[in-house]
Amino acid sequence: MNLAVIPVAASASEWSDAFLERLPLVARDLVTSWLPEPWRWLVNSLISIAVILSVFGLLFAYVTLAERKILGRIQNRPGPNRTPIPFINLRFFGLAQPFADGVKALTKEDVVPRGADHLLHFLAPVVLLAFSILTFAVIPYGRHLVPVELNAGVLYFFAAGAATELAVFMAGWASRNKYSLLAAMRALAQLISYELPLLLAFVPVVLVTSSLSTTEIVAAQAGWKFDLIPHWHVFTPWGFAGFVIFMIAALAESNRSPFDLPEAESELIAGHLTEYSGFKYALFFMAEYFGMIALSGMAITLFLGGWQAPSPYLEFIPSYVWFAGKLIVLLLGFIWIRATFPRLRMDQLTRFAWKFLVPLALINVGNAAFWSLTSHWSGPLQILRWLISAVVVVGPFVLMGRKLSAGVAPRVYRYAAT
Amino acid sequence: MTAALVLIAVFTLATAAVALALRNLIHSALLLIASWFGIAAFYLWAGAEFVAFAQVLVYVGAVSMVVLFAVLLTRRSRADTVVTSDSLSRAISAVITGVAVFGVLAAAIFGARLTPSTAAAPTATVRDIGMQLMGTHAAALLIIGILLTVALLGAVVLAAQDPDETKKDAP
Repeated sequence: MNLAVIPVAASASEWSDAFLERLPLVARDLVTSWLPEPWRWLVNSLISIAVILSVFGLLFAYVTLAERKILGRIQNRPGPNRTPIPFINLRFFGLAQPFADGVKALTKEDVVPRGADHLLHFLAPVVLLAFSILTFAVIPYGRHLVPVELNAGVLYFFAAGAATELAVFMAGWASRNKYSLLAAMRALAQLISYELPLLLAFVPVVLVTSSLSTTEIVAAQAGWKFDLIPHWHVFTPWGFAGFVIFMIAALAESNRSPFDLPEAESELIAGHLTEYSGFKYALFFMAEYFGMIALSGMAITLFLGGWQAPSPYLEFIPSYVWFAGKLIVLLLGFIWIRATFPRLRMDQLTRFAWKFLVPLALINVGNAAFWSLTSHWSGPLQILRWLISAVVVVGPFVLMGRKLSAGVAPRVYRYAAT
Repeated sequence: MTAALVLIAVFTLATAAVALALRNLIHSALLLIASWFGIAAFYLWAGAEFVAFAQVLVYVGAVSMVVLFAVLLTRRSRADTVVTSDSLSRAISAVITGVAVFGVLAAAIFGARLTPSTAAAPTATVRDIGMQLMGTHAAALLIIGILLTVALLGAVVLAAQDPDETKKDAP
């Protein structure tokens, strides 16, 4: 990065772009500037990898703590609060809990069943974690913070995510436990079912922005209508529908409640994780949370304007702070959903994906085509455009919802006291 | 650059060869998937980013599942996943099939007239590929789409339950 020319700031936002925006790059260049030119690229890449690993590792640690605390609060109990900070013995809301958990996982015995396929049993968590870390590479975290700029970034993201299914299968098969294998097959059925709505939900974005590059998709969402409503995709009818479908499919893809059937701690003895213990088990959890964080980051990039500020008057806050804020809001949403919704049954799960989400996502693709064909409409025609697009989203939703829930709701309690 | 190509080629061919040699079907299938990864890496090396990611998405994400499910659903027990050559006639027919496929492919490769070009490699962005697919090759794309839809519908018809059976199973 050429930092020799820092323009004299005219306004607050320009000043922030000149310095705060570039602060991570400035810090990096301070470290690498003394290196000879051919080495600089390598060290720069290594630094971005280290930063991604440490930032998201810490985020993972504290999301687990936040999840346990918030779930505890929602269920009227305090959650973990007794882990003191070592040496000074200060209990600070149990903030040292993730590190205590890490030490516990590391020092536990690693039990491998005698009949297990040892190599695959070892490889499964490694493969899972490796591929979920790969997905972090293409997400634009800030105006200047994209680890890898790819022409087909969105495609890369979903290609790297596709390999997680393989790891689940490996874990289930290598454990040599019929419950693990059955649960792995169920998990695969779920992952394959929800991969379709997940992929179909991002197609409208590609259609409208006519780009597969994550930076260009974020750039397409810049600007505000009347300085008030941001041009984020979520504020259009097709974008809203796409965002909701994407988030539901992301919940299912990351095995989160209410789609946590593969694990289902209370019923299934943790499914394909049954024969895993110690740090391998922790690695599975790490990969699950990484997947959740990466999918949230992708949802932000595709629908929530990426690192864009929601208002032109808030642009002085650097872009990566906005990205982090949106990410945390989405993660808290995930936790909230986990605390609120009961788990689905297997048939409900697949029926919901194939009979409801996939048709809706397909209709939404057509809706986005209409939206991009009518982009030149103006004045009163624009209201018509909005109306037609909204009807195309809401109409099928109401009709299909009525048809699918006919005879199911309202629930009749035959034996419970009323 | 050439060193990377050699590495990729050795990885792809070695995994494919070991997949053939192993007797355990699941291990063979997983190694085959590793080999597909090697092919994707080769596409990346050649600068065909889009094809590489599509290869991973389609082969590692979807086709691998078909292979693994086929192995698991057609074998009765874990011991059954270990294959042995059943009979001499079967081994001979396998060799004949292999040699025939190799012959056809080799004839096609050596028969093709490859003119080495000195022009710079074309830089096809994803947008160009999309324009090509939707413009010049739109008919082919549509025909493939219809073919896949027919196959999907056929699979649904085959897998759909007999309505009488569901009634019998109902509590």
